[in-house]
Parts: sequence; structure tokens; C-alpha cells
Amino acid sequence: MKDPVPNVPDAKPPAGEAFVWFTSVGLVLGLTMVAALVGVIVLNGAKAFWPAAIERAELADGRVLLGPLVQERLKPGTPPAAGLLERQYQIGLREQNGQSFAWIDASAVRSSSLPPGALALERMENGAAFLLPAELRLAGGSRLAASDPAFLSRLESLIASVAERRERLAEVEKVRIGRINTELQRVKVGLRKAADLGTPDAELKAEAARLDADYQLLAAEARSLRDGFPADVLAGTDGAGRPLEFPVASLVRAWEPNRLGLGGKLALAASRAWEFVSAEPREANTEGGVLPALFGTFAMTVLMSALVTPFGVVAAIYLREYARQGAVLRMVRISVNNLAGVPSIVFGVFGLGFFVYVLGGNLDRLLFADELRYNNNTPVLGTGGLLWASLTLALMTLPVVIVATEEALSAVPRGMREASLACGASKWQTIREILLPASAPGILTGVILAMARGAGEVAPLMIVGVVKLAPTLPIDGEFPFLHMDRKFMHLGFHIYDLGFQSPDSDAARPMVFASTLLLLLLVLFLNLGAIAIRNRLRERYKTSAF
Amino acid sequence: MTTSPTRIQVNPSVPGDGRPDYIRIQDYGFWYGAKKALDAITLDIPERQVTAFIGPSGCGKSTLLRNLNRMNDLIDAVRHEGDITVGGRSIYDPTVEVISLRRRVGMVFQKSNPFPKSIYENVVYSLRVAGVSDRDILDETCESSLRRAALWDEVKDRLQDSALGLSGGQMQRLCIARAIANQPEILLMDEPCSALDPIATGKIEELIHHLKAQFTIVIVTHSMQQAARVSDRTAFFYLGKLVEADRTEKIFMNPAQSQTEAYISGRFG
Repeated sequence: MKDPVPNVPDAKPPAGEAFVWFTSVGLVLGLTMVAALVGVIVLNGAKAFWPAAIERAELADGRVLLGPLVQERLKPGTPPAAGLLERQYQIGLREQNGQSFAWIDASAVRSSSLPPGALALERMENGAAFLLPAELRLAGGSRLAASDPAFLSRLESLIASVAERRERLAEVEKVRIGRINTELQRVKVGLRKAADLGTPDAELKAEAARLDADYQLLAAEARSLRDGFPADVLAGTDGAGRPLEFPVASLVRAWEPNRLGLGGKLALAASRAWEFVSAEPREANTEGGVLPALFGTFAMTVLMSALVTPFGVVAAIYLREYARQGAVLRMVRISVNNLAGVPSIVFGVFGLGFFVYVLGGNLDRLLFADELRYNNNTPVLGTGGLLWASLTLALMTLPVVIVATEEALSAVPRGMREASLACGASKWQTIREILLPASAPGILTGVILAMARGAGEVAPLMIVGVVKLAPTLPIDGEFPFLHMDRKFMHLGFHIYDLGFQSPDSDAARPMVFASTLLLLLLVLFLNLGAIAIRNRLRERYKTSAF
Repeated sequence: MTTSPTRIQVNPSVPGDGRPDYIRIQDYGFWYGAKKALDAITLDIPERQVTAFIGPSGCGKSTLLRNLNRMNDLIDAVRHEGDITVGGRSIYDPTVEVISLRRRVGMVFQKSNPFPKSIYENVVYSLRVAGVSDRDILDETCESSLRRAALWDEVKDRLQDSALGLSGGQMQRLCIARAIANQPEILLMDEPCSALDPIATGKIEELIHHLKAQFTIVIVTHSMQQAARVSDRTAFFYLGKLVEADRTEKIFMNPAQSQTEAYISGRFG
């Protein structure tokens, strides 16, 4: 029988389905790239602290290498089919070998072994060293053979006492003598001023003499500390059996990677990672820690957020609530949005020109006229520093906060405004009591974005206050505690400096990744803090669901 | 405004004991940009009675209501002609600040809009913004306002909880409590029950009946039954014009205009 109703063609699959895949591909691609990036950073960053096994490799040409195998790769310039491999060994002893890494053809390695007693050394100078220890020549004349079970613990306790003495020396030299130098500088300026004006300077002279006497005392203490470093010597041989000697006073850390179990390796890695975040850098930043850079980044980011938030919020309130909406305002809004696209280095140049030279220079003339006049024109605020760097970045991230705040304000339901105004509230009362609390989560989203952008910025900072090596932290126990005029270190610049400016880039590479990882973690930590605040605000001010 | 609610002695059974022309709207026209929303409205609203504005959507009844406390000033490019006086004084008097007008004219909106604050802070908001910080006055006002809004018994144990946790009907009564907290003279209600279920609606209507002892109430409603139930006087608007305004019984039983009759009997609108 014929169907009275004409056949309806089979329903097509729902038309939107294909786009599920299309759109998800975008997300997946993005996520994959981010995951790969983070993976590379985490893997290589962790390598910086992992105690790698020390290999003894005998080569065909008679040489013998002693050190960890870093990587193996296809020899560049040879056809992949030939399968020619080359290996990179970290051989350390830069002062002897000229460099601390060596590339060797894999075929040239005749035999290799993992000598169990091989010792890895971290030294104050010239980077790592690897040796087969023979004995510890103690200052008293006695000797302790490497085969003795107490050898390693004795060596470690000697190194610990050296480290403690080094710390005391640093305390005297950097903190106490540094404090006297600051005082002395101030007195000298006063003396020059007194001489110039012809005013009596007996008091100042007496103070200078007193400070000088203090200085001499401290210098003597430092000298005695320096002379008191133990004369113990660690002796051993390199891979080929040539004798090596290291004064214990030159060592930072020693470990036997080939004897360490997993637990020991983890403990050592953790201890080295802790040193990395908690110690000052050594050896042109390629060794030691990054505490000043970590702290500088943290201080700058927090200060920047504290500066940009009120500025941005106030500007957005005017734009959204008070200004007459029209063509002019649209132009202003477009300009603000486009400001986010200005290359950051341009903000740096502006910061240098305006904040540092104009603002800082004039503040110097106003507040520190004496320093300028009697201290060889040394600027105090008229040079890059934490404050100017934070202000520069605050300016750079201002559009982000303005846009986010405007969005948040416009998302507050109209009924809320009307209810407040109908209660007889003024516009400002409505903004303060209703609009700002309700849009606080949105504002914080803007601050989070601004923080993430500011924390990772390098280019503008290089010219407004970040330095390769800052002698002091921008915060310390001396009045006014937060020294916003001081130059500071920054992880982003540290990464650039390690990666591209260090003399031994192979040795610096793990540090580059570790610093990058640390910067990522810092941004994550700051963001989590802001997100926690935002969630609490959201809970408190969530708008009516109906 | 200064008298406490407990001291006002009005007999609610006697309608129209106040001034019959408490709010005077005279030849009032209103434009949104180039669009004329109200055309030559002339209407007197008596004191302490309920006046309902009815009419099809877009007839201008909400616009007129929102002009009584100058809420439409917030919109760009509006203008008006004619005048509105409250108690003999023009609301457009340049010596009167719009804030003080709004303190005399409370408003309840179609969509209940409690602030994301505690119940307590919602109720006393108008006092807070007026600069009252005396805890005793605030506590007393909070209680009396909530009592008058018939909400006190339901929320007295959780005044510090968020207002957003209330039910829809409770929220709307909270908004009424908020609107009457600083003793306004006039209460404007813009379709206060359109989002509520019949039980909540009944409560609000009962409330309106009680409140008219103290307040001049103007209510916009889409529900003819509601207008008939709660109002003393009814004004019918159509296409920006006032078609007819009279006592509610008269409008519903014996309207003078055929348009009114057609609308009330459901033949259009």
C-alpha cells in the first residue's frame, strides 16, 4: 500500500555535532602545547638537582673521562641512517679542562663503569668537580683513607663547619660592615657639606672617627675569620689516575651518587632544591640559589598589583558610571584597550624617561639635594629601582584591570542599582556599597591576569631597575624596611641572564629550567592566593540566582 | 517622615481621609529620545489610598510610575514636559535634590532585587545611606519594617543571613520592608507580584491593604483582578495616554470609555 504521506528523508545527524570536534581540536592543541612546555620545564628543572651517576669512561685515544653522562644524540652533520651517536659528559674541573662539558663519539668509548666511591663536588669556584677520592689530609697531620667508613661523614662535617664560618664571614662583611659603610657615607656627605658651607664639623669628624674605629674592628674580625678556614685537604685522582687536591675550604657540598639509593638521591635533590630557593647566587649567578631574584619578583609583583588595582578600578568607575557615554568615551575605551597591545619595552622606555628621570630626578632635587651635591651627583630616586619598576608594570597592566573592572561593573544587575538609588542612596554610595562589592570578584580576575602578565615581564624591567646582581634585598631590618629605591633581581631577567649571558651555558642550562619552573610556581602561588580571595568574595556577594 | 509608625493613628476603614490631590500630574509628557512615551497626562493621586495603573504592555504606566521618583533620569536622552508635584512641591524643583525626593518615595520593583547583603543590612540600607549609625534606631527600624512587611516572624532568627537565601515571596516582602524602612510618604510598586505564586501574591496584597493606612501607594499591575482587589482608584492607560481614571468600582463596573470596557473585559490588550 502506498504511504499517503510523502517520504520524509532520513533526519540528518544534528547539525552542531561536527563543531564539537572542531572546537575541541582548538582546545586540545592549546592544552597539548602548554602541557609539553610545562613538561619540558619540569623535567629539565628537576634534572638540575638530581644527583646523576658518575661514569668512568675509557676512550679509544687513551683519555679517561670521569663524570655524569648528560645526553646522547645523533651526531650533527651525519646521516641519521649511519646511526653515529655522540655523548655529552659533564667532566667538571673547568680550571683544568678548559670547559666543564665534553662531547665524545659514542664509538670512541671503549669501556665505561660506575666506580662506587666516585665523589661529586660542588665548589665555591670553577663549578663542579668529580674525583675518585683517596684520603682526607686533616689539618692536624693525620689522614683518613677514603675506604674508612667514617670518610664521607667526616668530610661532610668539615664542609658544614666551613659553611658555617663562611656564613659568619658574610654576616660581618655584608651586613655589619655594610651598615657602617652606609653610615660613613652619610657622615662623609655631611662633612663635605660642612666644608662647603664653612660650618663646624667637629661632631661629624668625631662620628667618622668612631665609625672608622668600628670598621677596623670588624675588618679585623673578618680577617681572623678568613684566616681561620681549616687547612684540611681532600685528595684523590681523576679518571686516569692523575692526582687531584681540593682544600675543604673551597667546597660547598660533596656526595657519592653511585652509592646513593633512591631515598638518598631524593633527599639530596630536595636539599639542593631548598638551597636553590633559599641561598644567594654564586659564580656569576650560575650556581647557588636565586633567593634575591625570587624575592625581587615577588615584591615587585605584589607592589605592582597594589598600585594598579586602585588606579584601574577608579578609572573604570569613572568610565562606566560617571562619564557621559558617547563617541568620545568610545574612543577613550578603544585607546585603553589598545594600550594593552603596546610592546612592553615601550613602557620600559617611558618608565625610564618619565618615572626615573623626570619624577625620580625631581624628587631627588627636592628631597636628596645634599646627596646630589656632595656625593658626586649620585642619584637616590633618579635611578632605576623597585618602585619605578613596579609603577612601570602597573602602567603596562592598567588596561587589563580597567577592562575587567568595567565588565564586572556592567554585569551588576540593573535592578541592584535602581534599588539602591530608590532607597535614596547617592551615586557614590551606590558604587561603594553595592557595585564595588558585587563586582569585586570580576575585578580580582583582572588583577590575576595583570599579575600573571607583570610577573613574567622582562624587557621593560631591564631598564627601570632590575640588575644582574643586587647586593642587598629590597627589604631588610633597617629603616624603612622596604627600600623601594633599591635595584633588585628578577627571575625573568635571571633566566635571560643565565641562558644567554653566562660564560658556561651548558652548566647554566639546568639552572635556566629550574628558574623558569620557580617563576611558574611563583605565579601559580600568587594566582592561587588571588583566586582564594575571589572565591570567598564570590561566596559573600553572589548575586541573586533568580 | 519623622513620626514613628506606631504613633500614626489612621483609621484604615475610612478611605480618602488624606488630600485628594496629594500627587498632581499636570499635562505631563515624556520622551525616550525621539519616542514619545507619555502624552499630556493629567491625574491626581489621593493621599493614603491605593491607586492602580493598568493598561496593555507599552502603554506608559511603568514609565509614569518610574517618573514619580525620577528613576527614569538614569536613562540617557530623556526629557519631559509638564509637571508633577508631590504635596504641592514640584519634583523637578531645582532646589530639591533628587536624593531627598527618593527618600520620600519608596519603590518596589517587579523583579525582587535584594542586595547581596544580610537581611538586616538590606532593611536598614536606606538609613545607612542617610547617615544613621545608631544601633538602637537601626535595630528598631529593622524590626518594625519587617513586621509591617509581615516578614518578621519568618526571619527574626536569621537576620544576619544573606538575603539571597530567602524564597521569592520572602524576597519581595523584604524589598517592601526595605522600601518602607525610612518612612517614605509614597510607595511605588511596579508589578510587585508578577513573579510570585498565588500564595505569596495573596500575602503581598494583604500587606498592601494594611500599608495604605500610612502610605500613598501607586501600583502598576497587569492583573485586572489584582487591581480590583487592592486598589481604591484605578487609572487606565493606552498608548501613552490616560484613557480613564476613577474609583475602582466605577472603572470595573461602569467605565465611561468603551476602550476601558474592552480592555477590562479582555477583548484586547
